[in-house]
Amino acid sequence: MREFVLERAGDTVEALRRAAARTPEDGNMQYLAGGTNLLDLMKLDVMRPNRLVDIAPLAVEHGRVRKLEDGLWLGAAVKMSQAADDPDVQSDYPVIAQSLTQAASAQLRNMATLGGNVLQRTRCNYFRDTSWGACNKREPGTGCAAMDGCNRRLAVLGVSDQCIANYPGDFAQALIALGAEVNVFGTDGRDRTFAFETLHRLPGDTPHIETTLEPGDLITGFKIPAGPWTRRSRYVKVRDRTSYDFALASAAVALALDGDRVVSARIALGGLASVPWRAHAAEDALEGRVLSEANAQGAAAAALEGAVAHGDNAFKVELGGRTLVRALVETRDMEIMP
Amino acid sequence: MDISLNVNGHRHALSLDPRVVLLDALRENLGLTGTKKGCDQGQCGACTVLIDGQRVLSCFVLAALATGEITTIEGLAGEGEPLHPMQQAFIEHDAFQCGYCTPGQILSAIACVHEGHATDEDEVREYMSGNLCRCAAYPNIVKAVLAAKSDMAANA
Repeated sequence: MREFVLERAGDTVEALRRAAARTPEDGNMQYLAGGTNLLDLMKLDVMRPNRLVDIAPLAVEHGRVRKLEDGLWLGAAVKMSQAADDPDVQSDYPVIAQSLTQAASAQLRNMATLGGNVLQRTRCNYFRDTSWGACNKREPGTGCAAMDGCNRRLAVLGVSDQCIANYPGDFAQALIALGAEVNVFGTDGRDRTFAFETLHRLPGDTPHIETTLEPGDLITGFKIPAGPWTRRSRYVKVRDRTSYDFALASAAVALALDGDRVVSARIALGGLASVPWRAHAAEDALEGRVLSEANAQGAAAAALEGAVAHGDNAFKVELGGRTLVRALVETRDMEIMP
Repeated sequence: MDISLNVNGHRHALSLDPRVVLLDALRENLGLTGTKKGCDQGQCGACTVLIDGQRVLSCFVLAALATGEITTIEGLAGEGEPLHPMQQAFIEHDAFQCGYCTPGQILSAIACVHEGHATDEDEVREYMSGNLCRCAAYPNIVKAVLAAKSDMAANA
């Protein structure tokens, strides 16, 4: 691991002040929370910050799950395990609890925060292994070794001719399905709230720029609005093994039903796309219709329309569609306690 | 930088580079080699320790930031004392072969029971999935965890 200066921030104001105090030679500051992704990538020499600002003490301010009048607040410093085991999250927002318990391992979930979770980097092997010279995400302009390489796990949606890395997380899809907002503080001390689904950027010609955050921005939490679909929500994740693996394909679904007719369908796909992927076309295909298996298949076809495969990952188009069909049917059939 | 680690009830003052992770500080600086280095990438669980009772991966904790009470395998039972019920159960159920993953398995299993995530075989398998065993002693590990759960409840 390369050398870095370690600083500790006692609270949000101090974290932002330290982030703002950038000098030309230490332009690469990173906040350190759970460290499960950042320290990993630093050991691999993929990320090379020369200054770490430890924000673990901010758990006092941002480490709570709170039930609100009009929804749910998840602080950015909440641990994955803490949110997954929260009784209100489990009963009223099952898609969130399921996306978290099906991710990582018990140890990692005890360490990783929700704020860091949504920012985790791709597991593309060509990104993680610096012995490969061509990776536009790691070294802009060098090319993409994955295009003609081992790309079985990589993305088929939202890709560009520069990058086919997939977004690896699960929780982000749950946030998108529930229409969450994210709260961010800038180094100017002001905070802003915006739709979570606009946090991640498509790779396009700049796959190294993954989010709309500015340097020093600090995520403080997520607001999940109440809605008739939050309790009828589900996360279906398909993996190579039963536990402790990233998604080959996953679907987060939240439904408002009137009988068996869809009033509102909210759908996000994971494992398949360059970013946490909102499946608008599938939502539109279902709205106002009966949620039959045939209609679910139609929605799945709409969701995967425009998918681009690169050889080894071609199976993901079919798998992604089937995963969504299963998620829709299982969500429809959920028994919701009054 | 000067740091202080609270390990198995003893406080240790150390002067370490900020890059040193807890795993290496335990093994190299404190001589507590019971905690094993497997992948060093957060994937295998061999380095699992408890911090304030929570199971974490010591390869992903900067030693300088490990301010809680750390429990390693050496802290479960002193010389001449009876073994922790989980250690005893691993012996009785033949829950290891080479033994390299065992300290991490045992600490993870103790936390798994305390969390309430050891109700049946399926749940134990799910919540112990972060501890890999290259010898594939999994069936007996699951038996040991479930057996120790009863002993831990009886001793509590």
